[in-house]
Amino acid sequence: MSTHESSSAAYPEVTFHHAPTDSDTMVKKIIRTTVILSVITLIELALGFVIYFMHKSPDHSHALVLFIKGVIVILSLAKAFYIVSVFMHLGDEIRNLIMTIVVPLMLFIWFIAAFLYEGNSWLVLRNTNAGSTPDQQIQKPTDAKKPGVE
Amino acid sequence: MATAAHAETKWWGGGRSPFNVEYGKLMMWYFLMSDTFTFGAFLISYGTIRFSQNYWPDPNHVFNAFPFAGHMNLPLAFVSLMTFILIISSVTMVLAVHAGHHMDKKGVMKWMTWTIVGGFAFLACQAWEWTHLITGHHAVLVDGKITELATTVSKNPWGPGSGVMHDGHEVMTPGPVAFGGYFFGITGFHGFHVFSGVVINIVMLAMTYNGVFERKGHYQMIEKAGLYWHFVDLVWVFVFLCFYLI
Repeated sequence: MSTHESSSAAYPEVTFHHAPTDSDTMVKKIIRTTVILSVITLIELALGFVIYFMHKSPDHSHALVLFIKGVIVILSLAKAFYIVSVFMHLGDEIRNLIMTIVVPLMLFIWFIAAFLYEGNSWLVLRNTNAGSTPDQQIQKPTDAKKPGVE
Repeated sequence: MATAAHAETKWWGGGRSPFNVEYGKLMMWYFLMSDTFTFGAFLISYGTIRFSQNYWPDPNHVFNAFPFAGHMNLPLAFVSLMTFILIISSVTMVLAVHAGHHMDKKGVMKWMTWTIVGGFAFLACQAWEWTHLITGHHAVLVDGKITELATTVSKNPWGPGSGVMHDGHEVMTPGPVAFGGYFFGITGFHGFHVFSGVVINIVMLAMTYNGVFERKGHYQMIEKAGLYWHFVDLVWVFVFLCFYLI
């Protein structure tokens, strides 16, 4: 990325400005990112339909559905990366700024892991009457009872 | 300072922004980061409750309607339309910011107008979807009686099957109540962000029209409004993921 080293009169605190990228290059980059975002969305939708059709048969593989869902999550994170780094231009900012935004977001790793673990532990308590009944004895609605499943 | 300014600049020496951005833009970034945690907390709380339930409604079954398509089963169709509307409006916003960098007033106005149109289109879609869920009644079995329930914050007709047949198909039972609360709460909070983004964009369009940014000599305000608008699109990526896809 090219920069020119003059501080602007309007913002004396800004040391250098990103030179206005020449129009063609920037518009090309925007179009390329749009195509990437659209293609990822289409792949996500296709995977969504795969899950939809898998759910139609009662004896589908749960591990495979979980795997496909994991792929969709990763694709969504890729979309988030493109939106933030290209559309929001965070990729063009200096490293210090990027780090003050990205490092606090690391908290989400713990946040998600801890709370989903908590949810699952709640499920176990629910299904065992807080540990007093073995899991198998409690009647649970299963996927076989989901609407649309034949 | 013309050469190798990057290496020799004393970023923390005072008199300059250590992050090389204007104050308002930096604060917009920090606001968006805090908003990320707000949305994150909502979505994680939804995930916790969903993990704690034996049964959760299948989104492909709940969100399968399309305007003017009657009772056709079209899973994922309408929400894909909403997703593409937001992606396109994000693109027109980035083009407005780009026009602003080149001091192109006409370009900024054109792309801001399209962004606002996209925002309204998204809100209209959401209004339709909410209306469809809140007013669409479904027969479910409650205490041995067939009752008509709509999807609201306190009612959820999307539960497991009851085994009772009625009118040729199996009657469902009510599903987890939390479903409606989370769906309307989180999409509503996101819709509120879209709405305020549209209002901000309209103000920016009026200011551009009045030549405020031309007189200032820069279109940094469009950039800040753009950050907010892209954030709204970013949040939708995850709302779409958590409510409709998985």
